[in-house]
Amino acid sequence: MTAEPQKKSGLETLRAAISRLEGHSDRRRKVLPFGVREIDARLPGGGLALGALHEVAGGGNDALHSAAAGQFCAGIAARTRGKVLWIVTRQDVFAPSLKQVGLSARRTIYVEARSDVDVLACFEEGLRHGGLGAVVAEVARLSMTASRRLQLAAETSGSLGIAIRRWRRQTDAADFGQPTASVTRWRVSVLPSVSLPVPGVGRPRWLLELIRARAGECADFEVEACDGKGRLSLPAALADGSDQEAAGQRRASA
Amino acid sequence: MPLALAGREGRRRVVLSVDLAARKLGLRSGIPVAKAQALYPDLVLMDADPDGDRLGLEKLALWFQHRIAPIVAVDAPDGLVLDTTGADHLHGGELPMLKDMVHRMAGAGFRAKAVVADTWGAAHAIARYGRAPIAVVPSGGTASALADLPVEALRLPDTIIDGLATLGVSRIGPLAAMPRAPLALRFGPDVARRLDQAFGRIGEAIVPVRPVDPVAVSRNFAEPIGAAETIARYIGRLVLLLCQGLDERGQGVRRLDLLLHRVDSRTEAIRVATAMPVRDVKRLTRLLCEKIETIDPGFGIERMVLIASLAELMDRRQTVSSLIAEQEADVSDLIDTLANRVGTQALYRFAPVESDLPERSFCRVPALAPEETKDWPEHWPRPTRLLARPEPVQAMAELPDQPPLFFIWRGVRRKVKCADGPERVFGEWWKNDAELTIARDYFRVEDTSGERFWLYRAGDGEHGETGSQGWFLHGIFG
Repeated sequence: MTAEPQKKSGLETLRAAISRLEGHSDRRRKVLPFGVREIDARLPGGGLALGALHEVAGGGNDALHSAAAGQFCAGIAARTRGKVLWIVTRQDVFAPSLKQVGLSARRTIYVEARSDVDVLACFEEGLRHGGLGAVVAEVARLSMTASRRLQLAAETSGSLGIAIRRWRRQTDAADFGQPTASVTRWRVSVLPSVSLPVPGVGRPRWLLELIRARAGECADFEVEACDGKGRLSLPAALADGSDQEAAGQRRASA
Repeated sequence: MPLALAGREGRRRVVLSVDLAARKLGLRSGIPVAKAQALYPDLVLMDADPDGDRLGLEKLALWFQHRIAPIVAVDAPDGLVLDTTGADHLHGGELPMLKDMVHRMAGAGFRAKAVVADTWGAAHAIARYGRAPIAVVPSGGTASALADLPVEALRLPDTIIDGLATLGVSRIGPLAAMPRAPLALRFGPDVARRLDQAFGRIGEAIVPVRPVDPVAVSRNFAEPIGAAETIARYIGRLVLLLCQGLDERGQGVRRLDLLLHRVDSRTEAIRVATAMPVRDVKRLTRLLCEKIETIDPGFGIERMVLIASLAELMDRRQTVSSLIAEQEADVSDLIDTLANRVGTQALYRFAPVESDLPERSFCRVPALAPEETKDWPEHWPRPTRLLARPEPVQAMAELPDQPPLFFIWRGVRRKVKCADGPERVFGEWWKNDAELTIARDYFRVEDTSGERFWLYRAGDGEHGETGSQGWFLHGIFG
């Protein structure tokens, strides 16, 4: 009876000690939940950690276009408070589409940097400021040193930083395997949309892969793309099916 | 094309001034606008802007103050008056000075007349009603020069001019010869006063324009400095002084220039700009210090000058504490930092524009521009990425309004599984005549691998004049 709580508190102190060693403050880290139980359960803290750097890349051809990855990040940024800084090197974001996932053009400030170096400098500046809801930057190369600087800047200010990894050539996309200091790493690939009984394109679906999560495990999810408020959802067939648990385990083990 | 400026005179809209081409046609100022338009159908009419003219004149007055003579005043609505006493010899005499003035004005696109006379009144009259564009009235020759000019030249109100016309007096010479007492009885003291002013019997003060000097602080160094830390330290001190100066005027700085005079008499400069007026010592110091690396101190810097080259009024705002929600964080300092790094042009928001063409449906506005109330319509899904230029694709589609069966983009053939559309967009004929018949049909298509694209056909699929009927890829959906 008494052994259980003691053991637990021992584990807790150990965890706290480790997180202190890692340089985090003692206070509980705030998170931004996705609002989807299956995804949040996989993330330490129950959501996307604020005050941290996250990486998102598109899968397949989307590594070049970052259309799905961009929409995924816009959906996350839409659910934060305050202005959003969006840093690019070549501008091809179509603002009306961001509005359709809930990210108003009034909140989004774009920075068109000349080079990746400038992008990273602006990214760090934005994270360090602390008054922004989210900072999104489209970069190709992200070295360990650069990502550590960004992660530290995000930690000190508590801002949410999202690096969209976007390459010019498909062959460069192998760079995504290199280690960085980001807390989570996601890959978003497009899947065929929900088929409709009438001709037309249904709600888009994505394969959302959590490739890396600090203090968490990898997972992948089949989700329906962001709605008008930036929320993801699980396809109906999975959400209410009785084999949901089994499906989740199968996918996690695969 | 003849040009005329129109404005209100009482309740009528009349022509206020005309350009040379219109004057040659016979148009004169003072006639009603409707009449002018009926007489000269190709007349270009624009609204007069008296406030803008006044501001422009004041700016010009400041320029003359720098170039010609220290006492300059605006002689509204269309002139400047300068006290050139003691200044003409600096320009090689009175006539060369006038020539120089008129020449410079011509260079800036203005046709000007310039006259030197003993009095303001005389110069005013001869410049406006004399024949020569440049004239020097010899000292003592005022009376003879004025005698033949019309009484309008005397800066009198219109009612008095009309009254004098009723009396049959139209020239200054006869007017000056008339007995004063009946004139004063009938028209008041104005006629005598203006006459005396023109002939120099009473003085008339010129109230000069006063330039507003920008707030500037400087510091000389006995020993030249060169280290970045030293420069940063003195920037901090100068900014402190500058902010005190701005505080006295209630201003905030929008643009700040730091001039660093080197010992080899070269000058290095740093310029920073802010999106909103700022008077915060820490923030300005930081903006300047970020640019230290761009300057080359050479053998050392012996003088630093900090100038608030663009300052604006800064209101103190009372902050309202609210129980309901925390205020959104102020990001203007971040905007300034980034703008000084990447440039103001590279920092923007998108704002909606009322246009159906996707590439025209947005515009860039400054990051801190006031928030617009309009928004894009949400009837149709829009792609996350819009290609800067639509890329032509090869496609096969049933006419007239079916989506393509397949298309080849960047060498990859994609079979279309399902599609939405068409969404027809018409050319904006009110902007461009060539767009009168243009149409585009947009389709949102999904290929067999699940990738979603935004394609359009240039044309409606039926009529050749609506477009080339070729297919283009314009955007990529997530």
